[in-house]
Amino acid sequence: MNDATHPLIENLNALATGLFLLTAFGIIATRQARGCLNLFIVQSLLLAASAALLGLRFDSAHLYGVALVNAVSKPVIVPWLLRRVASAELYTRREIDQVLNIPTTLLIALALAIGAYFLGVPLAAAVDASVPTPNVPVGIAGLLLGAFTLTVRREALPLLIGLLAMENGAFLAGIAMARDLSMLVELAIATDGLVIVFIVGVLVRAVAQQVGSTAVGDLASLKETPTVSPPYEELG
Amino acid sequence: MNVLVILAPSLIAAALAAIPTQRPRWAPTLTVVATLLTLALTANMAWQIASGRAIAVGDDPRWSNWVAVDGLSVLILLLIALVGTTAAIYSIGYLAHARPTPRRVRLYHVNYNLFIFSMLAIPLLAEPTLVWIVVELTTLCSALLVSFDNTAEALEAAWKYVVLSLMGAGIALFGFLVLFAALHAAGDTVYTWEGLRHAASRMPPLLMQTAFLLILVGLGTKVGLVPMHTWLPDAHSQAPSPVCALLSGIETTSILYVILRLFPVMSAVPGAHAETWALVLGLVSVGTAAFLLLQVSDYKRLFAFSTVEHMGIILVAVGLGASAADYGATQQIVNHAVTKSFCFFAAGATLLSVETRRIENVRALIRRSPIAGAALIFGGLAIAGAPPLAVFLSEFTIMKAGIAQGHYLATALLALFIVVAFFGVMGHLNRMVFSAPSDDAAIERAVLPVSCRLVLVVAAIPVLVLGVYVPPPLHDLLTRAAAVLSR
Repeated sequence: MNDATHPLIENLNALATGLFLLTAFGIIATRQARGCLNLFIVQSLLLAASAALLGLRFDSAHLYGVALVNAVSKPVIVPWLLRRVASAELYTRREIDQVLNIPTTLLIALALAIGAYFLGVPLAAAVDASVPTPNVPVGIAGLLLGAFTLTVRREALPLLIGLLAMENGAFLAGIAMARDLSMLVELAIATDGLVIVFIVGVLVRAVAQQVGSTAVGDLASLKETPTVSPPYEELG
Repeated sequence: MNVLVILAPSLIAAALAAIPTQRPRWAPTLTVVATLLTLALTANMAWQIASGRAIAVGDDPRWSNWVAVDGLSVLILLLIALVGTTAAIYSIGYLAHARPTPRRVRLYHVNYNLFIFSMLAIPLLAEPTLVWIVVELTTLCSALLVSFDNTAEALEAAWKYVVLSLMGAGIALFGFLVLFAALHAAGDTVYTWEGLRHAASRMPPLLMQTAFLLILVGLGTKVGLVPMHTWLPDAHSQAPSPVCALLSGIETTSILYVILRLFPVMSAVPGAHAETWALVLGLVSVGTAAFLLLQVSDYKRLFAFSTVEHMGIILVAVGLGASAADYGATQQIVNHAVTKSFCFFAAGATLLSVETRRIENVRALIRRSPIAGAALIFGGLAIAGAPPLAVFLSEFTIMKAGIAQGHYLATALLALFIVVAFFGVMGHLNRMVFSAPSDDAAIERAVLPVSCRLVLVVAAIPVLVLGVYVPPPLHDLLTRAAAVLSR
C-alpha cells in the first residue's frame, strides 16, 4: 500500500467509525424493536468495513478475516437464529418501553461518549503511534452505550442487542489496538456470540410462556423481603 | 498424552446424554461415570504436580501457547472435578424427587456436563482471550440449569444472571484486548499467562492498569463482588440445589482464579496498586455480604450471600500480598469449595423435607428430618468459620498473615465482618432447626433419597478433616499453588 492512499483510507475509516457511533446512539433511542435490530445489523457492517479498511491500511490478511466473520455472522446468522428460536416473542412487539424519556437518555449517552473520548485517546497513544485515532474512543463509546442500553431497556430484544453491541464496541477498538490476535480466537468469539443469541432466545421464549410478557426488565419478584411481609407463594 | 484429555469425559457424556432412550437411569449414570473419570484424571495430575513433576501439555511444544497446567490451575481442576462428582451423585435423588419428564432429565444432564466441561477449560487454557470465551460459556451452559424449575422466579434469576454476567464479560473482553495490545507494545507475541508475566515490566503501565481494572470489574461481576453482586443471590438460590453447589462452590472460584492470575503480572507494573484494589473491593464485599446476611428470608439466599462474603475473603487474602496470605488464599479456595457445596447439599435436603425456602416457615427441622437438620447446622457452623472445621483454619491463616504484614485495620475489619456473618448465618439456621413446632400436630418424618444421604456423609468428610489435618500431598499442592501467585 503506497503512502498516497493512506489519507483516503483513514478518512473512510473515520467515516465508518463516525457512523458506528451514530448507530450506537440509535440503538438507545429508537422506539421500534425491529429498528433496534436493523441498526445493530448496520453497526456490524460498519465494524466489518472498518476492519477491512484497516486491513488495507496495514496490509493484514487477519483483519480481512475479522471483516468477513463480522459481515457474515452478525448481519446474516443472528437475525436468522432469532427467527428460528423466538420469532413470535421477539418480532411481534413493536413499541418498546424506556425507563427514562428519550431526551434524558440521549443526554446521558452523550456524556458517556465524551467520557469515552477522554479515556480512549491516551489509551490509543499508549499502544503505538500508528493506531488509527477514531477507533479506540468510538469503540469504548460503543461499549459504554451498549451497557447503558442494558440499563434503560425493558424488552428482551433491545437488551440482547445491547449485549451484542457491547461486543461490537470492544471489537471496534480491538481491531485497531490488538491487530494480530489469533484467527482462532476471533472465530471462537464470533461463535460465542451466536451461542448467546441462542440461549437468550430460549430463555425469552420460556419467559414469554411462563410470565406472558417479554418485558424482562419488569421482572422483579426476587429481593430481600422483610419477614413481616404478606405470605407469598411457595415455590417448593 | 495431551492434558486436554481431561475435557473428554464430560464432553462425551454431554453428547451421549442427549440420546433419547427409555432407560431413566441412562443420563444420570453417564454423568456420574464421566465426573468420576474426570476426578481420577485430575487427581493423578494433581499428584504429579504436588510431587514436583512437570507436566508436558502435549506432544507438540506449540501446545504450550494455548494450554498450561501449574499448581494453581490443577488445584482448581481438582475442585471442579470433586464438587462435580458429589453434585452429580446428589442430582440422581434430588432430581427424581420432582418426577421430571425424560426430556427434562436429558436437558439437565446435557447442560450439567457442558457446564462442567466449560469450567474445566478455564484453568486448562493459557491464552487469556480463549479463557474469556470459556468463562462466557460457563454462563451460557449454566443458564438453562438456573432456569430449570421453569417458575417465573427461576426464569427471572436466569435472565438476570445471563444479562449481568454477559455485560461484565463485554467489559472484560475489552480488558483482555487492551492486555494483548500492551503485550504487543512490549514487543512480545506469546499471549499466555506465562508470556504476560515475562513481559510485565516492559508493558505500558497505563494500558496494564486499564486492562486490570476492566477485567476486575468485568469478571468481578461474575464472581459476585459487591457492588456487581446483585444477580448472585437470585441465581444461586433459584437453581436446583446440586446446581447451586456447582455455581457457589466452584464456578465463582474458577472465575476468581482468572482475576488472581493477573496479580503476579501486575506486581511488575509501577504504580498499579493491584493489591490495594483487591483489599478494598474484597473488604467491601465481605462487609456488605455480612450485613445483608442478617436480613435474608430465604435460606438458600443466605448461603448465596455467604459466597459473596467468601469471595471477598479470598480477594482480601491476595490483597495482603504476603506469601503466607497467598497460602491462606489457596487454602480458603479449597475449604470454601468443599464447605459451600456441602451447605447447598444440606439446603437441598431441607428443601426436599419441608418444601419451602422461607426461613420463617421452617420450624423444628430436626424433628421432621434429623439428617437435614443436622447437616444444615453442621454446614452453617462450617461455613461461618467455627473451629475446628476447615474454613476456620484458612481464615485463621489469612488473619495471621494480615497481622504479620502490619495490615492491622484490614485484618480487624475482616475479623469483625466474619463475626457478624457468623451470627447472621447461625441465628437464622438455629431458628429453623431447633425452634418449637408451630402447631401440636404430629410431625411426619420426611425421607431423603439414598443418593442425597450418601453425598451428605461423603461431602462432610473433607469439611471435618481439613480443619484439623492437611494431608502432605495437599499441603505440597497448596504451596505450589501459592507459589504461582507469589510476587
